[in-house]
Amino acid sequence: MEKIVLPEIENFHQLDVYIQNAGYEAAKSAFTQTTNQIIDTVKKSGLRGRGGAAFSAGLKWSFMPKNNDKPKYLCVNGDESEPGSFKDRQILERNPHQLIEGTIIACYAIGAKSAYIYVRGEYHKWIKLLQKALDDAYEKGFVGEKMKETFGTDFSCNIYVHKGAGAYICGEESSLMNSIEGQRGYPRVKPPFPAQNGLWGNPTTINNVETITNIPPIIKKGWEWFSAIGEPKHPGTILFGVSGHVNNPGVFELPSGTLLTDIIYKYAGGVIGGKKIKCVIPGGSSMPPLRGDKLEGVKMDAESLKAVGSAIGTGGIMVMDEDTDLVRVLARIAKFYYHESCGQCTPCREGTGWMLKILNRLVRGEGTSKDLDLLITIAKNIEGNTICALGDAAAWPVKFMIARFREEFEAVVKDEVSLEPKNKVHSMRHTANPIAPVQV
Amino acid sequence: MEFKFSEENLQKIELVLKKYPTKQAAVMPVLYIAQEQNGWISKEVMVETASILEMNEEDVFGVVTFYTMYHKKEMGKYHIQVCTNVSCMLRGGYQIYDAVKEKLGLDNGDVSNDKKFSLEEVECMGSCGTAPMIAVNEDYFENLDKEKALQILDSLN
Ligand SMILES: Cc1cc2nc3c(=O)[nH]c(=O)nc-3n(C[C@H](O)[C@H](O)[C@H](O)COP(=O)(O)O)c2cc1C
Ligand code: SF4
Ligand code: FES
Repeated sequence: MEKIVLPEIENFHQLDVYIQNAGYEAAKSAFTQTTNQIIDTVKKSGLRGRGGAAFSAGLKWSFMPKNNDKPKYLCVNGDESEPGSFKDRQILERNPHQLIEGTIIACYAIGAKSAYIYVRGEYHKWIKLLQKALDDAYEKGFVGEKMKETFGTDFSCNIYVHKGAGAYICGEESSLMNSIEGQRGYPRVKPPFPAQNGLWGNPTTINNVETITNIPPIIKKGWEWFSAIGEPKHPGTILFGVSGHVNNPGVFELPSGTLLTDIIYKYAGGVIGGKKIKCVIPGGSSMPPLRGDKLEGVKMDAESLKAVGSAIGTGGIMVMDEDTDLVRVLARIAKFYYHESCGQCTPCREGTGWMLKILNRLVRGEGTSKDLDLLITIAKNIEGNTICALGDAAAWPVKFMIARFREEFEAVVKDEVSLEPKNKVHSMRHTANPIAPVQV
Repeated sequence: MEFKFSEENLQKIELVLKKYPTKQAAVMPVLYIAQEQNGWISKEVMVETASILEMNEEDVFGVVTFYTMYHKKEMGKYHIQVCTNVSCMLRGGYQIYDAVKEKLGLDNGDVSNDKKFSLEEVECMGSCGTAPMIAVNEDYFENLDKEKALQILDSLN
Protein backbone atom coordinates (compact mmCIF):
# COMPACT_ATOMS: atom_id res chain seq x y z
CA MET A 1 0.00 0.00 0.00
CA GLU A 2 1.28 3.38 -1.03
CA LYS A 3 2.11 5.82 1.76
CA ILE A 4 0.84 9.31 1.11
CA VAL A 5 1.65 11.16 4.29
CA LEU A 6 4.72 9.27 5.50
CA PRO A 7 6.49 7.92 2.39
CA GLU A 8 9.13 5.33 3.16
CA ILE A 9 11.99 7.21 1.55
CA GLU A 10 15.21 7.66 3.40
CA ASN A 11 15.95 11.21 4.55
CA PHE A 12 12.72 12.47 3.05
CA HIS A 13 12.75 15.24 5.66
CA GLN A 14 15.74 16.82 3.94
CA LEU A 15 14.97 19.44 1.34
CA ASP A 16 17.22 18.04 -1.39
CA VAL A 17 15.75 14.54 -1.03
CA TYR A 18 12.27 16.00 -1.04
CA ILE A 19 13.04 17.94 -4.23
CA GLN A 20 14.53 14.84 -5.90
CA ASN A 21 11.18 13.17 -5.30
CA ALA A 22 9.17 15.85 -7.11
CA GLY A 23 8.95 18.05 -4.02
CA TYR A 24 7.30 21.48 -4.39
CA GLU A 25 6.03 20.51 -7.82
CA ALA A 26 2.47 20.30 -6.56
CA ALA A 27 2.77 23.93 -5.48
CA LYS A 28 4.12 24.81 -8.89
CA SER A 29 1.18 23.18 -10.59
CA ALA A 30 -1.23 24.78 -8.11
CA PHE A 31 -0.09 28.24 -9.18
CA THR A 32 -1.11 27.47 -12.75
CA GLN A 33 -4.69 26.88 -11.57
CA THR A 34 -7.31 29.22 -10.20
CA THR A 35 -8.06 29.12 -6.50
CA ASN A 36 -11.55 27.86 -7.29
CA GLN A 37 -10.11 24.96 -9.22
CA ILE A 38 -7.96 23.96 -6.27
CA ILE A 39 -10.77 24.20 -3.75
CA ASP A 40 -12.89 22.16 -6.15
CA THR A 41 -10.21 19.47 -6.43
CA VAL A 42 -9.86 19.23 -2.66
CA LYS A 43 -13.64 19.07 -2.28
CA LYS A 44 -14.00 16.33 -4.85
CA SER A 45 -11.11 14.35 -3.37
CA GLY A 46 -13.30 13.84 -0.31
CA LEU A 47 -10.44 14.73 2.05
CA ARG A 48 -11.80 15.09 5.58
CA GLY A 49 -10.07 16.75 8.52
CA ARG A 50 -7.74 14.56 10.54
CA GLY A 51 -7.90 16.74 13.66
CA GLY A 52 -10.94 15.10 15.20
CA ALA A 53 -14.18 16.18 13.58
CA ALA A 54 -13.56 14.73 10.07
CA PHE A 55 -15.06 17.77 8.36
CA SER A 56 -14.61 18.18 4.59
CA ALA A 57 -11.43 20.18 4.00
CA GLY A 58 -12.51 21.58 0.63
CA LEU A 59 -15.86 22.67 2.01
CA LYS A 60 -14.15 24.45 4.89
CA TRP A 61 -11.89 26.29 2.46
CA SER A 62 -14.89 27.35 0.40
CA PHE A 63 -16.34 29.18 3.44
CA MET A 64 -13.58 31.77 3.19
CA PRO A 65 -15.03 35.02 1.86
CA LYS A 66 -13.87 35.93 -1.63
CA ASN A 67 -14.57 39.63 -1.97
CA ASN A 68 -13.14 40.90 1.24
CA ASP A 69 -10.22 43.24 1.72
CA LYS A 70 -9.34 41.99 5.16
CA PRO A 71 -6.16 39.97 5.52
CA LYS A 72 -6.81 36.23 5.62
CA TYR A 73 -5.04 33.64 7.69
CA LEU A 74 -4.36 29.93 7.78
CA CYS A 75 -3.71 28.12 11.04
CA VAL A 76 -2.21 24.67 10.95
CA ASN A 77 -3.01 22.72 14.07
CA GLY A 78 -0.14 20.73 15.50
CA ASP A 79 -1.18 21.01 19.12
CA GLU A 80 -1.58 17.22 19.30
CA SER A 81 -2.40 16.83 22.97
CA GLU A 82 -5.27 14.37 22.89
CA PRO A 83 -4.18 11.37 24.98
CA GLY A 84 -3.47 8.48 22.63
CA SER A 85 -2.46 10.75 19.70
CA PHE A 86 1.11 10.91 18.52
CA LYS A 87 0.89 11.04 14.73
CA ASP A 88 1.48 14.69 13.80
CA ARG A 89 4.83 14.41 15.49
CA GLN A 90 5.77 11.81 12.85
CA ILE A 91 4.99 14.28 10.10
CA LEU A 92 7.04 17.04 11.73
CA GLU A 93 9.95 14.65 11.98
CA ARG A 94 9.75 12.67 8.77
CA ASN A 95 7.93 14.84 6.27
CA PRO A 96 8.02 18.53 7.20
CA HIS A 97 8.38 19.76 3.62
CA GLN A 98 5.17 18.15 2.47
CA LEU A 99 3.47 19.94 5.36
CA ILE A 100 5.07 23.22 4.28
CA GLU A 101 4.12 22.65 0.65
CA GLY A 102 0.56 21.85 1.67
CA THR A 103 0.50 25.02 3.73
CA ILE A 104 1.60 27.07 0.72
CA ILE A 105 -1.11 25.54 -1.48
CA ALA A 106 -3.77 26.06 1.20
CA CYS A 107 -2.71 29.69 1.64
CA TYR A 108 -3.00 30.26 -2.09
CA ALA A 109 -6.40 28.57 -2.27
CA ILE A 110 -7.94 30.62 0.52
CA GLY A 111 -6.00 33.82 -0.20
CA ALA A 112 -3.98 33.88 3.01
CA LYS A 113 -0.70 35.78 3.10
CA SER A 114 0.30 34.36 6.48
CA ALA A 115 0.08 30.95 8.04
CA TYR A 116 0.81 29.95 11.61
CA ILE A 117 1.74 26.38 12.39
CA TYR A 118 0.86 25.92 16.04
CA VAL A 119 2.89 23.14 17.65
CA ARG A 120 2.50 22.02 21.25
CA GLY A 121 5.23 23.43 23.48
CA GLU A 122 6.50 20.08 24.73
CA TYR A 123 7.54 19.20 21.17
CA HIS A 124 10.77 21.24 21.50
CA LYS A 125 12.68 18.80 19.34
CA TRP A 126 10.04 18.62 16.62
CA ILE A 127 9.62 22.39 16.57
CA LYS A 128 13.33 22.68 15.88
CA LEU A 129 13.08 20.11 13.08
CA LEU A 130 10.14 21.95 11.53
CA GLN A 131 11.86 25.32 11.88
CA LYS A 132 14.96 23.93 10.20
CA ALA A 133 12.90 22.66 7.26
CA LEU A 134 11.11 26.00 7.07
CA ASP A 135 14.39 27.93 7.09
CA ASP A 136 15.66 25.73 4.26
CA ALA A 137 12.47 26.27 2.27
CA TYR A 138 12.78 30.04 2.73
CA GLU A 139 16.39 29.96 1.67
CA LYS A 140 15.59 28.03 -1.51
CA GLY A 141 12.82 30.48 -2.29
CA PHE A 142 9.83 28.17 -1.80
CA VAL A 143 8.28 30.39 0.87
CA GLY A 144 8.18 34.15 1.33
CA GLU A 145 8.77 36.96 -1.15
CA LYS A 146 11.16 34.85 -3.24
CA MET A 147 8.50 32.28 -4.09
CA LYS A 148 7.11 34.68 -6.69
CA GLU A 149 10.22 34.17 -8.71
CA THR A 150 10.59 30.47 -7.96
CA PHE A 151 7.06 29.61 -8.97
CA GLY A 152 6.55 32.37 -11.52
CA THR A 153 3.47 33.71 -9.77
CA ASP A 154 2.45 36.96 -8.17
CA PHE A 155 1.35 35.20 -4.99
CA SER A 156 3.50 34.94 -1.92
CA CYS A 157 2.95 33.96 1.69
CA ASN A 158 4.83 33.65 4.94
CA ILE A 159 4.76 30.70 7.31
CA TYR A 160 5.50 31.02 11.01
CA VAL A 161 5.85 28.44 13.74
CA HIS A 162 4.07 29.27 16.98
CA LYS A 163 5.01 27.29 20.05
CA GLY A 164 2.28 26.40 22.51
CA ALA A 165 2.90 26.18 26.23
CA GLY A 166 1.21 23.13 27.64
CA ALA A 167 -2.53 23.66 27.30
CA TYR A 168 -4.60 20.90 25.67
CA ILE A 169 -7.45 23.31 25.14
CA CYS A 170 -5.34 25.30 22.67
CA GLY A 171 -5.96 22.52 20.15
CA GLU A 172 -9.53 23.75 20.00
CA GLU A 173 -9.60 26.07 17.01
CA SER A 174 -10.81 29.30 18.60
CA SER A 175 -8.68 28.79 21.68
CA LEU A 176 -5.71 28.29 19.38
CA MET A 177 -6.40 31.63 17.75
CA ASN A 178 -6.62 33.42 21.08
CA SER A 179 -3.37 31.78 22.02
CA ILE A 180 -1.64 33.06 18.87
CA GLU A 181 -3.03 36.51 19.58
CA GLY A 182 -1.23 36.43 22.92
CA GLN A 183 -4.19 35.87 25.17
CA ARG A 184 -5.28 33.17 27.56
CA GLY A 185 -6.40 30.24 25.46
CA TYR A 186 -10.12 30.54 26.06
CA PRO A 187 -12.36 29.10 23.35
CA ARG A 188 -14.66 31.63 21.72
CA VAL A 189 -18.40 31.41 21.40
CA LYS A 190 -19.43 30.32 17.89
CA PRO A 191 -20.84 31.73 15.69
CA PRO A 192 -19.10 33.76 14.38
CA PHE A 193 -17.01 31.02 12.84
CA PRO A 194 -13.31 31.44 12.02
CA ALA A 195 -14.01 31.90 8.30
CA GLN A 196 -15.79 35.14 9.20
CA ASN A 197 -14.06 36.15 12.38
CA GLY A 198 -10.84 34.35 13.20
CA LEU A 199 -7.34 35.61 13.94
CA TRP A 200 -7.49 39.29 14.88
CA GLY A 201 -11.08 39.32 13.68
CA ASN A 202 -10.11 38.31 10.15
CA PRO A 203 -11.24 35.40 7.96
CA THR A 204 -9.27 32.34 9.04
CA THR A 205 -9.13 28.66 8.14
CA ILE A 206 -7.77 26.07 10.49
CA ASN A 207 -6.68 22.57 9.56
CA ASN A 208 -4.81 19.77 11.23
CA VAL A 209 -1.18 19.01 10.30
CA GLU A 210 -2.10 15.65 8.73
CA THR A 211 -4.95 17.19 6.73
CA ILE A 212 -2.62 19.75 5.20
CA THR A 213 0.08 17.17 4.50
CA ASN A 214 -2.40 15.32 2.28
CA ILE A 215 -2.82 18.33 -0.01
CA PRO A 216 0.30 18.16 -2.25
CA PRO A 217 -0.32 14.55 -3.39
CA ILE A 218 -3.97 15.39 -4.12
CA ILE A 219 -2.93 18.32 -6.30
CA LYS A 220 -0.23 16.26 -7.97
CA LYS A 221 -2.21 13.09 -8.66
CA GLY A 222 -5.75 14.39 -8.86
CA TRP A 223 -8.91 13.94 -6.82
CA GLU A 224 -9.93 10.78 -8.68
CA TRP A 225 -6.85 8.99 -7.43
CA PHE A 226 -7.32 10.09 -3.83
CA SER A 227 -11.02 9.46 -3.63
CA ALA A 228 -10.50 5.84 -4.73
CA ILE A 229 -8.35 5.01 -1.69
CA GLY A 230 -10.08 3.37 1.28
CA GLU A 231 -13.68 4.09 2.21
CA PRO A 232 -15.44 6.30 -0.36
CA LYS A 233 -17.07 8.51 2.29
CA HIS A 234 -13.82 9.14 4.14
CA PRO A 235 -11.13 8.43 1.58
CA GLY A 236 -7.38 8.42 1.78
CA THR A 237 -4.99 6.94 4.26
CA ILE A 238 -5.14 7.66 7.98
CA LEU A 239 -2.27 7.71 10.43
CA PHE A 240 -3.36 5.27 13.11
CA GLY A 241 -1.42 5.53 16.34
CA VAL A 242 -1.70 2.33 18.33
CA SER A 243 -0.77 2.34 22.02
CA GLY A 244 -1.42 0.37 25.17
CA HIS A 245 -1.22 -3.39 25.55
CA VAL A 246 0.09 -4.32 22.11
CA ASN A 247 3.39 -5.92 21.17
CA ASN A 248 4.33 -3.41 18.52
CA PRO A 249 2.88 0.02 19.27
CA GLY A 250 3.43 2.85 16.81
CA VAL A 251 1.99 4.85 13.94
CA PHE A 252 0.68 2.97 10.91
CA GLU A 253 -0.43 4.70 7.74
CA LEU A 254 -3.25 2.60 6.31
CA PRO A 255 -6.24 3.12 4.03
CA SER A 256 -9.33 4.40 5.81
CA GLY A 257 -11.72 1.59 6.55
CA THR A 258 -9.00 -0.86 7.53
CA LEU A 259 -10.36 -3.36 10.05
CA LEU A 260 -9.61 -2.38 13.63
CA THR A 261 -8.71 -5.99 14.40
CA ASP A 262 -6.25 -6.01 11.48
CA ILE A 263 -4.59 -2.88 12.81
CA ILE A 264 -4.25 -4.39 16.26
CA TYR A 265 -3.25 -7.93 15.30
CA LYS A 266 -1.49 -7.58 11.94
CA TYR A 267 0.24 -4.26 12.30
CA ALA A 268 0.57 -3.64 16.02
CA GLY A 269 1.63 -7.23 16.68
CA GLY A 270 -1.37 -8.33 18.74
CA VAL A 271 -1.94 -8.14 22.45
CA ILE A 272 0.95 -8.66 24.86
CA GLY A 273 0.99 -12.18 26.26
CA GLY A 274 -1.74 -13.23 23.86
CA LYS A 275 -4.38 -11.88 26.24
CA LYS A 276 -7.91 -10.96 25.27
CA ILE A 277 -8.92 -7.37 24.72
CA LYS A 278 -11.29 -5.79 27.21
CA CYS A 279 -11.61 -2.33 25.75
CA VAL A 280 -10.42 -0.22 22.84
CA ILE A 281 -10.66 3.54 22.56
CA PRO A 282 -10.50 4.05 18.80
CA GLY A 283 -9.79 7.75 18.32
CA GLY A 284 -8.05 9.34 21.29
CA SER A 285 -9.28 9.54 24.87
CA SER A 286 -12.30 11.73 24.07
CA MET A 287 -13.96 9.12 21.92
CA PRO A 288 -16.46 6.53 23.18
CA PRO A 289 -14.73 3.25 24.08
CA LEU A 290 -15.61 -0.04 22.39
CA ARG A 291 -15.98 -3.42 24.07
CA GLY A 292 -13.32 -5.98 23.27
CA ASP A 293 -15.99 -8.55 22.41
CA LYS A 294 -17.53 -6.20 19.84
CA LEU A 295 -14.52 -5.45 17.65
CA GLU A 296 -15.16 -8.00 14.94
CA GLY A 297 -15.82 -6.27 11.62
CA VAL A 298 -15.33 -2.73 12.94
CA LYS A 299 -13.80 -0.57 10.22
CA MET A 300 -11.70 2.48 10.94
CA ASP A 301 -13.32 5.41 9.19
CA ALA A 302 -15.68 8.14 10.35
CA GLU A 303 -18.92 6.59 9.12
CA SER A 304 -18.20 3.01 10.19
CA LEU A 305 -17.20 4.08 13.69
CA LYS A 306 -20.26 6.27 14.00
CA ALA A 307 -22.35 3.23 13.15
CA VAL A 308 -20.90 1.33 16.11
CA GLY A 309 -21.30 4.22 18.51
CA SER A 310 -17.88 5.81 18.52
CA ALA A 311 -15.86 8.21 16.38
CA ILE A 312 -12.61 8.34 14.46
CA GLY A 313 -11.22 11.36 16.36
CA THR A 314 -7.49 11.54 15.82
CA GLY A 315 -7.11 7.84 14.98
CA GLY A 316 -5.34 7.18 18.27
CA ILE A 317 -6.18 3.57 19.15
CA MET A 318 -5.71 2.68 22.82
CA VAL A 319 -5.82 -1.04 23.48
CA MET A 320 -6.56 -2.44 26.94
CA ASP A 321 -6.22 -6.12 27.78
CA GLU A 322 -8.56 -8.27 29.85
CA ASP A 323 -6.78 -7.48 33.12
CA THR A 324 -7.15 -3.71 32.81
CA ASP A 325 -8.88 -1.91 35.66
CA LEU A 326 -11.30 0.27 33.70
CA VAL A 327 -12.39 2.15 36.80
CA ARG A 328 -8.85 3.42 37.21
CA VAL A 329 -8.55 4.14 33.51
CA LEU A 330 -11.72 6.21 33.55
CA ALA A 331 -10.62 8.04 36.69
CA ARG A 332 -7.34 8.90 34.93
CA ILE A 333 -9.18 10.15 31.87
CA ALA A 334 -11.43 12.26 34.10
CA LYS A 335 -8.37 13.71 35.79
CA PHE A 336 -7.08 14.84 32.43
CA TYR A 337 -10.23 16.75 31.49
CA TYR A 338 -10.50 18.25 34.94
CA HIS A 339 -6.94 19.49 34.59
CA GLU A 340 -7.45 20.82 31.07
CA SER A 341 -10.87 22.48 31.41
CA CYS A 342 -10.30 26.19 30.84
CA GLY A 343 -12.98 27.04 33.38
CA GLN A 344 -15.17 29.34 31.33
CA CYS A 345 -18.35 27.26 31.44
CA THR A 346 -19.84 26.13 34.72
CA PRO A 347 -20.92 22.64 33.58
CA CYS A 348 -17.44 21.81 32.32
CA ARG A 349 -15.48 23.50 35.09
CA GLU A 350 -17.54 22.04 37.94
CA GLY A 351 -18.68 18.83 36.27
CA THR A 352 -15.18 17.61 35.40
CA GLY A 353 -14.18 18.10 39.05
CA TRP A 354 -17.23 16.27 40.37
CA MET A 355 -16.74 13.37 37.99
CA LEU A 356 -13.12 13.05 39.04
CA LYS A 357 -13.96 13.09 42.74
CA ILE A 358 -16.65 10.46 42.36
CA LEU A 359 -14.44 8.26 40.21
CA ASN A 360 -11.61 8.53 42.71
CA ARG A 361 -14.09 7.44 45.34
CA LEU A 362 -14.86 4.40 43.19
CA VAL A 363 -11.17 3.65 42.83
CA ARG A 364 -10.83 3.73 46.63
CA GLY A 365 -13.67 1.23 46.87
CA GLU A 366 -15.94 3.71 48.60
CA GLY A 367 -18.44 4.25 45.82
CA THR A 368 -22.06 3.23 45.79
CA SER A 369 -24.23 2.10 42.93
CA LYS A 370 -26.00 5.45 42.94
CA ASP A 371 -22.67 7.06 42.12
CA LEU A 372 -22.80 5.40 38.73
CA ASP A 373 -26.08 7.04 37.86
CA LEU A 374 -24.85 10.27 39.32
CA LEU A 375 -21.80 10.17 37.05
CA ILE A 376 -24.00 9.66 34.02
CA THR A 377 -26.28 12.50 35.11
CA ILE A 378 -23.35 14.85 35.45
CA ALA A 379 -21.95 13.78 32.08
CA LYS A 380 -25.29 14.40 30.42
CA ASN A 381 -25.50 17.82 32.01
CA ILE A 382 -22.12 18.79 30.60
CA GLU A 383 -22.69 17.44 27.12
CA GLY A 384 -24.01 20.05 24.73
CA ASN A 385 -24.11 22.77 27.37
CA THR A 386 -20.70 24.30 26.94
CA ILE A 387 -18.85 26.77 24.73
CA CYS A 388 -16.49 24.23 23.22
CA ALA A 389 -16.33 20.50 22.61
CA LEU A 390 -14.01 19.82 25.54
CA GLY A 391 -17.18 19.49 27.57
CA ASP A 392 -18.39 16.68 25.32
CA ALA A 393 -14.90 15.18 25.28
CA ALA A 394 -15.01 14.96 29.07
CA ALA A 395 -18.56 13.64 29.18
CA TRP A 396 -18.37 10.93 26.52
CA PRO A 397 -15.79 8.64 28.09
CA VAL A 398 -17.71 8.68 31.39
CA LYS A 399 -21.09 8.17 29.82
CA PHE A 400 -20.07 5.44 27.44
CA MET A 401 -17.53 3.65 29.60
CA ILE A 402 -20.10 3.16 32.34
CA ALA A 403 -22.87 2.25 29.91
CA ARG A 404 -20.75 -0.28 28.02
CA PHE A 405 -18.83 -1.75 30.93
CA ARG A 406 -21.42 -1.41 33.66
CA GLU A 407 -20.42 -4.77 35.19
CA GLU A 408 -16.89 -3.50 35.82
CA PHE A 409 -18.22 -0.56 37.75
CA GLU A 410 -20.94 -2.49 39.55
CA ALA A 411 -18.21 -4.80 40.80
CA VAL A 412 -16.46 -2.07 42.76
CA VAL A 413 -19.43 -0.28 44.30
CA LYS A 414 -21.54 -1.06 47.32
CA ASP A 415 -25.26 -1.39 46.89
CA GLU A 416 -26.43 0.92 49.60
CA VAL A 417 -26.08 4.62 49.72
CA SER A 418 -23.65 5.27 52.48
CA LEU A 419 -24.15 8.61 54.13
CA GLU A 420 -20.92 8.72 55.98
CA PRO A 421 -19.82 12.35 55.95
CA LYS A 422 -16.85 11.75 53.67
CA ASN A 423 -19.18 10.31 51.12
CA LYS A 424 -21.67 13.08 50.76
CA VAL A 425 -19.31 15.81 49.74
CA HIS A 426 -19.88 16.90 46.14
CA SER A 427 -22.75 14.58 45.65
CA MET A 428 -25.65 16.60 44.36
CA ARG A 429 -28.41 14.29 45.46
CA HIS A 430 -28.08 15.34 49.07
CA THR A 431 -28.57 19.00 48.50
CA ALA A 432 -32.35 18.73 48.22
CA ASN A 433 -32.83 16.52 51.27
CA PRO A 434 -31.25 17.30 54.58
CA ILE A 435 -29.16 14.42 55.74
CA ALA A 436 -31.03 12.15 58.07
CA PRO A 437 -29.46 9.21 59.80
CA VAL A 438 -30.01 6.19 57.66
CA GLN A 439 -29.77 2.63 58.88
CA VAL A 440 -27.46 0.61 56.66
CA MET B 1 15.11 40.82 41.78
CA GLU B 2 15.35 43.17 38.87
CA PHE B 3 14.99 41.73 35.40
CA LYS B 4 16.20 43.15 32.10
CA PHE B 5 16.46 41.26 28.82
CA SER B 6 20.02 40.76 27.63
CA GLU B 7 21.13 42.57 24.48
CA GLU B 8 21.12 39.32 22.58
CA ASN B 9 17.61 38.50 23.72
CA LEU B 10 16.37 41.97 22.81
CA GLN B 11 17.53 41.25 19.29
CA LYS B 12 15.72 37.92 19.35
CA ILE B 13 12.58 39.74 20.45
CA GLU B 14 12.91 42.13 17.52
CA LEU B 15 12.82 39.12 15.18
CA VAL B 16 9.87 37.57 16.99
CA LEU B 17 7.88 40.78 16.64
CA LYS B 18 8.19 40.56 12.86
CA LYS B 19 6.10 37.37 12.88
CA TYR B 20 2.93 39.00 14.17
CA PRO B 21 0.82 42.04 13.30
CA THR B 22 0.43 42.99 16.98
CA LYS B 23 2.92 43.25 19.80
CA GLN B 24 0.74 41.31 22.19
CA ALA B 25 0.90 38.24 19.94
CA ALA B 26 4.59 38.01 20.71
CA VAL B 27 3.93 37.48 24.41
CA MET B 28 4.27 33.69 24.38
CA PRO B 29 7.59 33.57 22.53
CA VAL B 30 8.89 36.51 24.55
CA LEU B 31 8.01 34.74 27.79
CA TYR B 32 9.92 31.70 26.54
CA ILE B 33 12.94 33.88 25.89
CA ALA B 34 12.60 35.36 29.36
CA GLN B 35 12.28 31.94 30.94
CA GLU B 36 15.42 30.79 29.20
CA GLN B 37 17.32 33.77 30.53
CA ASN B 38 15.86 33.86 34.03
CA GLY B 39 14.93 30.21 34.62
CA TRP B 40 11.38 31.09 35.59
CA ILE B 41 8.77 33.81 35.22
CA SER B 42 9.04 36.15 38.17
CA LYS B 43 6.89 39.19 38.79
CA GLU B 44 9.73 41.35 37.48
CA VAL B 45 9.85 39.32 34.27
CA MET B 46 6.16 39.91 33.75
CA VAL B 47 6.47 43.64 34.39
CA GLU B 48 9.37 43.94 31.96
CA THR B 49 7.57 41.83 29.33
CA ALA B 50 4.48 43.99 29.67
CA SER B 51 6.53 47.12 29.24
CA ILE B 52 8.35 45.87 26.15
CA LEU B 53 5.15 44.65 24.50
CA GLU B 54 3.06 47.62 25.63
CA MET B 55 0.62 45.31 27.37
CA ASN B 56 -1.20 45.54 30.67
CA GLU B 57 0.67 43.71 33.39
CA GLU B 58 -2.52 41.83 34.30
CA ASP B 59 -2.77 40.46 30.77
CA VAL B 60 0.78 39.13 30.88
CA PHE B 61 0.04 37.63 34.28
CA GLY B 62 -3.09 36.06 32.78
CA VAL B 63 -1.08 34.40 30.03
CA VAL B 64 1.62 33.14 32.39
CA THR B 65 -0.90 31.54 34.72
CA PHE B 66 -2.91 29.95 31.91
CA TYR B 67 -0.07 27.87 30.47
CA THR B 68 1.64 25.14 32.47
CA MET B 69 4.98 25.47 30.73
CA TYR B 70 5.73 28.88 32.17
CA HIS B 71 7.29 28.22 35.55
CA LYS B 72 5.83 30.35 38.29
CA LYS B 73 8.71 29.55 40.61
CA GLU B 74 12.32 28.58 40.33
CA MET B 75 12.55 24.97 39.16
CA GLY B 76 15.29 22.41 39.53
CA LYS B 77 18.27 22.29 37.20
CA TYR B 78 16.65 19.10 35.96
CA HIS B 79 12.92 19.37 35.63
CA ILE B 80 11.63 15.79 35.60
CA GLN B 81 8.28 15.28 33.92
CA VAL B 82 6.59 11.89 34.19
CA CYS B 83 3.58 11.11 32.05
CA THR B 84 0.88 9.10 33.82
CA ASN B 85 -1.87 9.43 31.24
CA VAL B 86 -3.64 6.32 29.98
CA SER B 87 -1.24 4.94 27.35
CA CYS B 88 1.69 5.38 29.75
CA MET B 89 -0.35 4.13 32.71
CA LEU B 90 -1.16 0.93 30.83
CA ARG B 91 2.55 0.29 30.43
CA GLY B 92 3.79 1.20 33.89
CA GLY B 93 3.73 5.00 33.99
CA TYR B 94 2.65 5.07 37.62
CA GLN B 95 5.34 2.61 38.71
CA ILE B 96 7.86 4.99 37.21
CA TYR B 97 6.23 8.02 38.76
CA ASP B 98 6.15 6.41 42.21
CA ALA B 99 9.76 5.27 41.93
CA VAL B 100 10.92 8.71 40.82
CA LYS B 101 8.98 10.36 43.64
CA GLU B 102 10.56 8.05 46.14
CA LYS B 103 14.06 8.39 44.81
CA LEU B 104 13.97 12.16 44.67
CA GLY B 105 11.89 12.50 47.82
CA LEU B 106 9.68 14.94 45.98
CA ASP B 107 5.99 15.25 45.36
CA ASN B 108 4.27 16.71 42.34
CA GLY B 109 5.43 20.31 41.88
CA ASP B 110 8.23 20.11 44.44
CA VAL B 111 11.77 21.35 44.00
CA SER B 112 14.63 19.72 45.87
CA ASN B 113 16.47 21.80 48.47
CA ASP B 114 19.66 21.85 46.44
CA LYS B 115 17.61 22.99 43.42
CA LYS B 116 18.94 20.09 41.40
CA PHE B 117 15.59 18.42 40.71
CA SER B 118 11.98 19.36 40.34
CA LEU B 119 9.16 16.95 39.63
CA GLU B 120 5.97 17.24 37.65
CA GLU B 121 3.32 14.65 36.83
CA VAL B 122 2.37 15.57 33.27
CA GLU B 123 -0.45 14.82 30.90
CA CYS B 124 0.00 12.95 27.61
CA MET B 125 3.22 14.08 25.94
CA GLY B 126 2.60 12.49 22.54
CA SER B 127 4.77 9.47 23.29
CA CYS B 128 1.94 6.98 23.72
CA GLY B 129 3.44 4.69 21.08
CA THR B 130 6.77 4.69 22.90
CA ALA B 131 5.32 4.64 26.40
CA PRO B 132 6.08 4.95 29.19
CA MET B 133 8.15 8.09 29.07
CA ILE B 134 9.74 10.79 31.13
CA ALA B 135 11.06 14.12 29.97
CA VAL B 136 14.05 15.86 31.49
CA ASN B 137 13.86 19.56 30.70
CA GLU B 138 13.32 19.53 26.90
CA ASP B 139 14.43 15.96 26.18
CA TYR B 140 12.19 12.93 25.88
CA PHE B 141 13.21 9.48 27.16
CA GLU B 142 10.91 6.78 25.89
CA ASN B 143 10.22 3.04 26.05
CA LEU B 144 11.18 3.05 29.70
CA ASP B 145 10.66 0.83 32.67
CA LYS B 146 11.29 1.64 36.31
CA GLU B 147 14.95 0.62 36.22
CA LYS B 148 15.75 2.59 33.09
CA ALA B 149 14.01 5.66 34.45
CA LEU B 150 16.02 5.51 37.66
CA GLN B 151 19.22 5.04 35.65
CA ILE B 152 18.45 8.22 33.77
CA LEU B 153 18.10 10.09 37.05
CA ASP B 154 21.42 8.64 38.19
CA SER B 155 23.14 9.88 35.07
CA LEU B 156 22.17 13.49 35.74
CA ASN B 157 24.59 15.59 37.70
C1 LIG C 1 -10.58 20.30 23.28
C2 LIG C 1 -10.18 20.17 21.85
C3 LIG C 1 -8.87 19.89 21.52
C4 LIG C 1 -8.50 19.76 20.19
N1 LIG C 1 -7.20 19.47 19.91
C5 LIG C 1 -6.81 19.38 18.62
C6 LIG C 1 -5.45 19.14 18.29
O1 LIG C 1 -4.60 18.98 19.16
N2 LIG C 1 -5.11 19.07 16.97
C7 LIG C 1 -6.03 19.24 15.99
O2 LIG C 1 -5.68 19.20 14.82
N3 LIG C 1 -7.32 19.48 16.27
C8 LIG C 1 -7.73 19.56 17.55
N4 LIG C 1 -9.04 19.84 17.82
C9 LIG C 1 -9.97 20.05 16.70
C10 LIG C 1 -9.87 21.50 16.21
O3 LIG C 1 -10.75 22.30 16.94
C11 LIG C 1 -10.22 21.63 14.75
O4 LIG C 1 -11.46 21.05 14.53
C12 LIG C 1 -9.24 20.99 13.80
O5 LIG C 1 -7.95 21.42 14.04
C13 LIG C 1 -9.62 21.30 12.39
O6 LIG C 1 -8.75 20.67 11.50
P1 LIG C 1 -9.25 19.58 10.47
O7 LIG C 1 -10.56 20.04 9.92
O8 LIG C 1 -8.18 19.52 9.47
O9 LIG C 1 -9.40 18.32 11.25
C14 LIG C 1 -9.45 19.94 19.17
C15 LIG C 1 -10.76 20.22 19.50
C16 LIG C 1 -11.14 20.32 20.82
C17 LIG C 1 -12.56 20.62 21.15
S1 SF4 D 1 -16.28 23.51 27.56
FE1 SF4 D 1 -14.70 23.51 29.14
S2 SF4 D 1 -12.81 23.88 28.02
FE2 SF4 D 1 -14.48 24.44 26.61
S3 SF4 D 1 -14.77 26.63 26.94
FE3 SF4 D 1 -16.14 25.59 28.38
S4 SF4 D 1 -14.96 25.42 30.29
FE4 SF4 D 1 -13.52 25.89 28.65
S1 FES E 1 -0.11 8.83 27.54
FE1 FES E 1 1.92 9.23 28.11
S2 FES E 1 2.69 10.07 26.28
FE2 FES E 1 0.61 9.75 25.72
